[in-house]
This record gives sequence, structure tokens and C-alpha cells, in this order.
Amino acid sequence: MKDRFNLYRFASPATFYPLAGKLIPWFVALSVVFGLAGLYLGMLVAPTDFQQGEGYRIIFIHVPASWMSMFIYLVMAGWAAIGLAFNTRLSGMMAQALAPTGALMAFLSLWTGALWGKPMWGAWWVWDARLTSELILLFLYIGYMALTAAIDDQRRADKAGGLLLLVGVVNVPIIYFSVKWWNTLHQGSSVNLTKSSMAETMLWGMLLMALCFWMYSIAVALMRVRTIMLERERHTDWVRAELGANSSGAAK
Amino acid sequence: MKSRHKKLALIGGALAILGIIAALVLNALNSNIALYISPTDVAEGKAPQGKAFRIGGLVKEGSLQRQADGVTIAFVVTDTAKDIAVHYKGILPDLFKEGKGVVAQGKMAADGTFSASEVLAKHDENYMPPEAAKAVDDAQKAATKHVSPSSVSPPKASY
Repeated sequence: MKDRFNLYRFASPATFYPLAGKLIPWFVALSVVFGLAGLYLGMLVAPTDFQQGEGYRIIFIHVPASWMSMFIYLVMAGWAAIGLAFNTRLSGMMAQALAPTGALMAFLSLWTGALWGKPMWGAWWVWDARLTSELILLFLYIGYMALTAAIDDQRRADKAGGLLLLVGVVNVPIIYFSVKWWNTLHQGSSVNLTKSSMAETMLWGMLLMALCFWMYSIAVALMRVRTIMLERERHTDWVRAELGANSSGAAK
Repeated sequence: MKSRHKKLALIGGALAILGIIAALVLNALNSNIALYISPTDVAEGKAPQGKAFRIGGLVKEGSLQRQADGVTIAFVVTDTAKDIAVHYKGILPDLFKEGKGVVAQGKMAADGTFSASEVLAKHDENYMPPEAAKAVDDAQKAATKHVSPSSVSPPKASY
């Protein structure tokens, strides 16, 4: 019963705002630590690959970015479902805060993939199922941001955007399983929950970079959601109190 | 409380229907989504007539021939069941190797060979240091020494 009470308490922007503020430095610090460790392992310790030489090292950005681009979308769709079903204020703000980071990750995935594809495959781009579905994911992120920005009424914007997010969620399993279901130029997955076909130091470098991307995404999403909260709730007492306290603090 | 659960069920139901629709559409489009077809598909007449398409498979061991000019190349693409002779003029990607995956775009020529306009290398999902790769290779050679070629696993699994 106590847990339930706490959860609802933090669903309110007035209590979530200071909590997010306290958490941000921790996530930033963790991101830096994991990033340095991952880059050290990936760039200096991990061995050269037997077929791709040093070029494979782009994997330490490419795979974490691709994973994040899919995962952030699932989280946004989860918030959208909660928002549509329970009409909570926080869910729309969270989805909105995550969208630019998700779009960035999808773009990074495509961009590093193109840079990787040219020397290894011999082509910047092919219209195979994996590449095409990841491009659709990027368009879904951009479409969500454009749609919610185009509707003035905030509640309706969140609803429309949430609907788009939920419809687009079918794309995520398509991206993930595309290399299994169809003939693609993109190779199959090297890592899943039960097996890995990578040398151990390579795998650890990649997992540390994935953790770095996670922490980074959480940190910037929290920063963004704080700004969105202040903007959307500017007429409430707690924002006035918050801003008042800040400006008087600055004046001193 | 009740309407919340109703809404949640509605969202879940809509998502399930959407998933089924997507599965049916993708299933219907299956052959169009595939980037390439195998030599077996070509032998069965599944290749589009008079149109460019892509074939994929392994570059057959010992089949690569370079002309004196250095850019005219002939090789055989195999899926271990059927073979297709391919000729190509141009630069090959670095990872193009005998025994490795390849995807070639082009048309069937009149003599039954495949005239490629673009050749892409398809690498596998294995990442390891060269020493480990050599060890694996040696172990495989030792294990398959007395096995007939037909028992080698099909290329789909070995990618």
C-alpha cells in the first residue's frame, strides 16, 4: 500500500521535478564513467577483427545507438498507452522529452551504418528490410514531434501523438527480426540474451557503451522533462514557487 | 476505475489487431521485401524476366577468375545446392572473398550466366581476433576432413 502511494506521488510534476533534478548529476556521472570504460575497452583493449580489421570498431557506437533507438520508442509507446488509458499529465511530458533523443539515436544508427557499409559491403545504402525499417523508425520519431508541435491544445496533441506512437510500435519487432525473417544484406544479430558470437572484450566494450548510452538518454530526457514541466505548468503555484525561489536565490 | 480498464483493454485489443494486420501484409509482401534470391530460386524460374534483380549466396571456393585488366571478374555464386556463374566489371568490396557471402545485382545474360552491375559483400555476425578465427578454422577443417561436401550446412545458417 505504501509503495502504491509513493508511485502516485511521483506521478505528479510538482514532486517529480525536484526528484529529477537530484537524479540528473548521477546519471551524467554514470554515463561518463561507462563511456570512458567502454571507449577504453573498445578502442585500446579489444582485438582487431579477423575479417573487418580496425573498421569494425564503429560497432561500439552503431549497436548501442540502434538498441537505444528501438528501446526509447518502446518506452515512449508505453507512456503513450498509460497516458491514453489513465489520462496522466506526466506521460505526455515523458514521451515528449524522450522523442528528440530517440530520433538522435535512430539517426546515429543510420549514419554510422552508412559509414560502415561503404567500406565493408561496398554500398552506403541498400533498401534491405533492416535499413528500411530503421529509416521508418526515424520518420516515426520526426512525425511524432511534428504532429505534437502542430496541435495547439496540449491534451489533444498528447493524444494524437500517443496514437501515432502506439500504431508505430509494430515497426520495432520488424526492425529487430528483419534479419531473421528476410534475406537482407545486413548480417544477423551477434548478441542476444542467450548467445554471443563476439570475442569477449569486444562484447564487454559494446555492453559498456550501451550502458553509457542508457545513462546519457536518461539524463537528457530528465533535463528535457524538467523544462517541459515548467513550460506546461507555468500557471500553477508550484512552478511560481520554484521560479520565485530560483530568482530570489540568484538575486542574493 | 472501470473506464480506465476498458480503455486499457481497448488499446491492447487495437494493438493486437494492428499486429495481425501487419503480419498479414508483411507475409503477402514477403518476396518483395527479400533483398535477393538464391541460385536455387533462379533455377526454379523465380527470377524476374528481363528485369534486374539480386542474387545472393556464397562465392564458390576456387571459382574466382580475374582478367588481365584487373577489373573484369568472373566467379560462381552458390547456395551449395545450385550454382550461378557471374561476370562483373568493376571494383570489388574489400570483404569480397571466396567462401564468403555475396549479393550481386544484375540480369541474366542470354548464355545463362549472370551479368552483374553491382557486387556487394555480405559479412557474417562473427567478430573475433584473427588468431581465434584461425583456431576455429583449423578445428573445422579437422572435423570436416572426411565429410562429403553435401553435408555442409546450407549457407543461410552459416552466414
